[in-house]
Amino acid sequence: MNKNLRVKSGKIIDETYRISFQFNGKTYYGFQGDTLASALLANDVHLVARSFKYHRPRGIMTAGSEEPNAIVQLHDNSDRTEPNVRATEIEIYEGLVASSQNCWPTVNFDIGGINNFLSPLLPAGFYYKTFMWPASLWEKYEYFIRKSAGLGKSPTKADPDVYEHRYIHCDVLVIGSGISGIIAAKISAKNGFKTLLVEEKPNLGGSTIYQNSDHFKINNQNSGSWLDKEINEIKKLKNLEIKTRTSVAAYHGYNFLLARESLTDHLPIEQRKGKTRHRLLKIRAKKVISATGSIERPMIFDNNDRPGILLSSSIKRYVDLFGVACGEKNILFTNNDSAYETAISLIQKGINIEAIIDNREEIDSRLVYEVEKNNIKIFKGFTVTDTGGYKRIKRISIMQLSKDGQKVIGSKINISCDCLGVSGGWTPAVHLFTQSGGKLKFRDEDQTFIPDSYPSDQLSIGACNGDLTLDEILGNVPQVLKKFLNIEATEYANLETLSSTNKSKRNIWLLPTDKILGKTKSFVDFQNDSTAKDIKLALREGFRSIEHVKRYTTTGMGTDQGKLGNMHALGIISETADAKMGKLGTTTFRPPYTPLTFGTIVGRNVGEFFDVFRKTPMHEWHTDNKAEFENVGQWKRAWYYPKNNEDMHQAVQRESKAARESAGILDASTLGKIDIQGTDASEFLNRVYTNAWSKLAVGKCRYGLMLNEDGMVYDDGVTTRLDENHYIMTTTTGGAANVMSKLEDYLQTEWPELDVYLTSVTDHFATVSVCGPNSKKIISQVIPDLDFSDKNFPHMSFKNAKIGKINCRVMRISFTGEQSYEINIQANYGKSVWEKCMEAGKDYNITPYGTETMHLLRAEKGFIIVGQDTDATMTPIDLQMDWIVSKKKYDFIGKRSLYRSDTIREDRKQLVGLLTEDPNEILEEGAQIVADVNKSPIEMLGHITSSYYSPNLKKSIALGVVKGGKNRMGQKLIIPMEKKNINVTVADPVFLDKENKRLNA
Amino acid sequence: MFIINCPFCGERDQSEFKAGGEAHIIRPKQPTELSDDEWAEYLFMRKNIKGVQFERWNHIHGCRKWFNVVRNTSNDEIKAVYKMGEKPPSY
Ligand SMILES: [Zn+2]
Repeated sequence: MNKNLRVKSGKIIDETYRISFQFNGKTYYGFQGDTLASALLANDVHLVARSFKYHRPRGIMTAGSEEPNAIVQLHDNSDRTEPNVRATEIEIYEGLVASSQNCWPTVNFDIGGINNFLSPLLPAGFYYKTFMWPASLWEKYEYFIRKSAGLGKSPTKADPDVYEHRYIHCDVLVIGSGISGIIAAKISAKNGFKTLLVEEKPNLGGSTIYQNSDHFKINNQNSGSWLDKEINEIKKLKNLEIKTRTSVAAYHGYNFLLARESLTDHLPIEQRKGKTRHRLLKIRAKKVISATGSIERPMIFDNNDRPGILLSSSIKRYVDLFGVACGEKNILFTNNDSAYETAISLIQKGINIEAIIDNREEIDSRLVYEVEKNNIKIFKGFTVTDTGGYKRIKRISIMQLSKDGQKVIGSKINISCDCLGVSGGWTPAVHLFTQSGGKLKFRDEDQTFIPDSYPSDQLSIGACNGDLTLDEILGNVPQVLKKFLNIEATEYANLETLSSTNKSKRNIWLLPTDKILGKTKSFVDFQNDSTAKDIKLALREGFRSIEHVKRYTTTGMGTDQGKLGNMHALGIISETADAKMGKLGTTTFRPPYTPLTFGTIVGRNVGEFFDVFRKTPMHEWHTDNKAEFENVGQWKRAWYYPKNNEDMHQAVQRESKAARESAGILDASTLGKIDIQGTDASEFLNRVYTNAWSKLAVGKCRYGLMLNEDGMVYDDGVTTRLDENHYIMTTTTGGAANVMSKLEDYLQTEWPELDVYLTSVTDHFATVSVCGPNSKKIISQVIPDLDFSDKNFPHMSFKNAKIGKINCRVMRISFTGEQSYEINIQANYGKSVWEKCMEAGKDYNITPYGTETMHLLRAEKGFIIVGQDTDATMTPIDLQMDWIVSKKKYDFIGKRSLYRSDTIREDRKQLVGLLTEDPNEILEEGAQIVADVNKSPIEMLGHITSSYYSPNLKKSIALGVVKGGKNRMGQKLIIPMEKKNINVTVADPVFLDKENKRLNA
Repeated sequence: MFIINCPFCGERDQSEFKAGGEAHIIRPKQPTELSDDEWAEYLFMRKNIKGVQFERWNHIHGCRKWFNVVRNTSNDEIKAVYKMGEKPPSY
C-alpha cells in the first residue's frame, strides 16, 4: 500500500543519505533534509491524527509551525518523550520514533470516532453546559474527558537534556529569513549595525528560495537563484550573526524578546550526549525588524478537514523543497492567484492536476493563462460544497456560486481526487508585532489586519506588513529600511523585478453549500474542532465580544492559537452580527508563539541550581555530624542532629533536655545582622522600634520589635550598642533582606536628614550560641581572659574579646530562657570556634541543637517567632507584648495605627497559651480553635501557631491566636480534629520560669 | 521587561529594580494628631492610575538607592527619572 511519492530531488533533500524512522510502530524511510511530515507524505501517509473533540481522521495540513493537526508524541515511553510536537517542524534523524497521540487504540481504528456520529450532542459550549452540573460529579467527568481527549502524554521521568539561557544585545534584530529578512539583514549589517538574524526553520530563504519560475524574476534571474546568491553573500558579513532553528517565542516591551535556539533536536539521540538541547535567547535589541511573512488561509466549507486536504502553498513547498508530491490526483481550490503558483510547480514536476476550482469568475492573470495553456480544467466562479472519503479525501463536490457569493446554483459536479490544495489568500503573521503592543489596522481590499502603530523602535516589512507580492516587497522594503536605519542609500534601489501575481481575490469567509448549516461540518479551528456552526450558535446565544466567542467555542485556544482559522472566525462573526471587521478587533496572541518545553524555560535552574542556597561557616561540621537540615529563606539550617536512628521527636526531646539541664550549642550565624553607624543612630532606632533606645548604655543589648506602618509586627531581634554612635542590629533569618530594604527606604525617602549609615554584615560574622546552666563554665574556657562574673558581664550586655589573636564580640543574650552566650567572630573562624566550644563542653555533655529544639525551648518561655506565631495581622498588643510599646515616644513606625478603631477592638485574635486536658496529647499546628461544636456553623475563634511536647515540663504545650484571648484565661476551648475533639484550657503563654530565674542562675 | 535609567548607575534591566508604589506620599510629621480617616488616607489610599503615574523605584540589586520614575502604566513608557527630593517634572 505504501506508494513512493518522491518525484524529483527537492532543493534541500540529500538523496544519498537515507534515514529510517518509525511512525505508529511501522518503519519508513526518508532522506536527510526531510521533516517528519514530508517523509510521511513521500510514503503516502496522510492520516496522522484524530481530532480533539470528534476524533475525526486528520492529516498533515501545512508545512510549518502553524500546523493544527499533525501533532505527535516523540519517543513514547522513553525519558526523552515529548508530546504535542508538530510533524511539520521535526527534522527526521536515524532512530526517530513518533506516534499519533489523540487516538485509542490506533489512528486507523479510533473508538472516540463515535463522537463524530454523536456530534449533534457536542455543540459549542458543550463542556460548559454539560459537565458543570452537578458540580459534585465534576471529578468523574474530568477523568473521562481527559482520558478520551488526551493531548499527548507528559514525560514521567526527569528530562535528561541540558538547557541554557543566554543574553544577547544587538543593534538590529531581524526576525525571519525570507526575501525581506535577507535584504534587511544585509542592509543592516553592511551599514555597521551589529545584526542578529533568526530563522525558525533549518534553512534560510523563506518561500522565495524555492521559487523557480519564469514568472518571478529579479534582475533577469529567477527569484530563487537571485536570493541564493544574496544568502551566500550575507553569510560572509562580519557584523551579522545568523541563527537558524531559532524561533522567537515572545516579544515584550522595550524590544526585549525571547527566542528558542534548537541545537540538537535534529540529531540522532546518541549524538546529543553532552550537548545543550535548547538555548533560550534573551535578546535586547536597539531596533527590531519583523519579517515574519504570512500564513496562507484555508477555506471554510463542509468537510474541509479530511486527510489529503492541505494548504496550497504547503503542497508547493513539499514538491519544490522536499521533492514530494502530496497526491497523484490533485485538485486546487482557491480564491486568489497563489494556487496557480502551486499548479505551475506541480506541472514543472509532471504531477497530475485534475482541476482547479476558483471562486473568482473573471481572472486576468499571467499565472492563470500559463496554467490554462497546460490544458488544466479551471472551474471559474465555482466553490467546493462538500468532500468525500473518510481516512483520505476521495472526491469533492462543486457548484457554481451565485453572483453575490451567498448561495450555490446549478447542478453539483463530483470530481475524484486524493489531494486537495486550498488557498483562501494570506494573513500577515502579526503575532509578534501584537505581542509587543503594536496596534493593527484593517485593510479592506484583501481583508487583512496589518501593522499600524509601533510601540517601540521596530518595523514590520514584507508579507507581515501586508506586502504580499514580489514587486511590492522589492519596491517597498529597501525604501522603508533606509528611513528606519537612517541610511543614505541601499544597493537595492534599481532592481528590475518581474512579478506575475494578480492581486484579485474573492473573499467569502464561509462558503455556501446546498445543505443547511446545521448539517455541515465546516471547520474553522481544526485543532479544537470548532466549526462555523459553533460560532453562529454562540452568536445566537447572545455572545458578541470576540473574546467571549473565542472562549465559548474554544476557537483559537489550541496550542497553535488558531493561526489558520482566527481570521475566518472573525469574518463569520462580522458577517453574522453585521459588524465591521476593523471594529471587532482581533483576539490577543500571547507568548509563546510556538509552545516551549519547560526545560527551555527553566534552563540551568534545575536540581541543586534551582535556587541558590546559603551555608553557614559551620555547615561542614553539621553535615559531618549527621544533621538534618531545613530551609529557612535561602539558608540551610541544621534542624536536628539525630543519634542512633532517632526520629525528629526523639532527637528534639534529647537536645532540649540537655540544653536546660547542662549545655546546648546552636549555630545562629543565619540571623540577619545590620551594622548601624552615625550620629543619629539612636534616634533612628527610636523611630523604627516600638521601644526606647536613647538611654541604652554602651555595651548593653536590648530586644526590639519592629512594626509596619499599619501597626502589624514585622520583625524582631536584639540590638547591641557597641559604641556611642555604633549599633549592631540582628533580625530574623528570613526577614533580614526585607528589614534592610525597609530601613533604607525610610532613611533615604522619609528621613534623609538623619546621619545614619546601614551595612548588611550578615555574612561577615559566624555566630555560636552556647546556652544552659553550664554555659558560663564552657565559654570561659574558650575565652579565658574575659571576666564572666555576673557583675562584670550581666544578662543583656556585650563585651569585646579575643580568642587567640582574633577579635570577637560576645553577647549575653537568650532566646531559650537559659543563661546564654553568643560569640560573633569573623566568618572564616566560625568552624574552629564552634569546635573549641564543643571541646570545652565535652565534660558537660554539650549538645548541638537545631532549629526545632530552638523553637521548642523558646515556646516553653512563650517567646514568639515572627512569621510563625504572627502573620501580617498581629499587633504587639495582640501578642500581649504591651510592655515593649513605648508610651512616652512621640512617634515610631506603626504607632498611630495601634489605636485605629480596628486595632483597639477587644475581640481581635490574641496570642495565648493552650494546655491540653491530656498532657500527652500534642496539638496540630494550624488546627482550628472553637468554643462550641454543636452550633452550626461552628464559629472559628482562631488557630494553633506553635505546638510541642515539652520534656522539661513533661506535658504538651501550644501557642495559638484566639479571638478575645486575653479575657479567656482559664476558659475551656475545643480543637475539633477529624476523628475527635480535643479539650484545651487557655493559659499564660509563658510556660516555664516566669520569673526569669534561670537567666541569672 | 522595561529598562530603567537609574539616576546613579544608568540604564539597567527592570529585573534589577523593585517597585515601591506611588511617589510623593509624605509620611505625616505628627501622626498622633491625625484622625483615623486622615491616617487611613495616608496609609491605605493609592490612586493606581492608568496612564502617567509618578512612582518610587529602588535599585535593589544595584546601588540600592530609591528614586522617582514617571511611567505610563498603560504602555510602560518611562517619561522621566529623578532623584528623591528633586522637583517632579510636570506631565
Ligand atoms: Zn543604581
